[in-house]
Amino acid sequence: MNKKEYTEYVEKKSKKSPIYKNCAFAFFTGGAICTIGQGLRDIYSSLTGDEKITSSLVCVSLIFISVLLTGIGVYDKIARFAGAGTLVPITGFANAVSSAAIDNKSEGYILGVGAKMFIIAGPVIVFGLLSGTIYGVIYYLAGILL
Amino acid sequence: MNGFLPYLYAFVSGGFLCVIAQILIDKTKLTPARILVIYVCTGVLLTGIGLYEPFVNFAGAGATTPLTGFGYSIAKGVREAVDKDGLIGALSGGLTATSAGISAAIIFGIIASVIFSSKPKR
Repeated sequence: MNKKEYTEYVEKKSKKSPIYKNCAFAFFTGGAICTIGQGLRDIYSSLTGDEKITSSLVCVSLIFISVLLTGIGVYDKIARFAGAGTLVPITGFANAVSSAAIDNKSEGYILGVGAKMFIIAGPVIVFGLLSGTIYGVIYYLAGILL
Repeated sequence: MNGFLPYLYAFVSGGFLCVIAQILIDKTKLTPARILVIYVCTGVLLTGIGLYEPFVNFAGAGATTPLTGFGYSIAKGVREAVDKDGLIGALSGGLTATSAGISAAIIFGIIASVIFSSKPKR
């Protein structure tokens, strides 16, 4: 069997996941996570009255919940049927960091935990900052020229 | 911000953003890491051209919780820093605005790696 035949064989064997079902699960889980975020937003904003502190607190709280659920193995169970519903929210970012940290503990804290926790989150930060900086330069130039 | 409607808007908007990613996963060969990168960069772009801010005002956490919201925080932070400090703000604003989230993910991740061990994958 050559490589192409093998790829075709694998694609035939691997179950086609029903896209409508996946989308429904993604919609409800993602929506639920955002609704929890909205609830936290209302609570923190009534407590602090400051928009910036509120969004930081919401972000940190969701990350905490996600890391905790990742540690006890619940997040990955939800993610198995929720798909993008648990990937796209900030909880998915936290899940990527913490599960990589936990899984690579055996390689030590420096090169295992410290280095590999960014295997998925790293690119997000790198390209987020790249595009943010490009936007900042354009915004600065536009402010001078226009 | 009381009442039921903000929650409905957050639910539907957040769910909708997740469905787009789910379609990308099912219909293309994009890996989750690539999709997250696309989401962050899209968030920066949409904020830059002024479309994301109204969406945040409408959807609340439905717009800020998905990773496009992470891009929104970066772009908004950069814009405010450039307004305040000039060109250097393009470098300082993005991480400043997202510092709490990034630090939280790192610190909680380290603590989790100390407490928990990886479970066998079934």
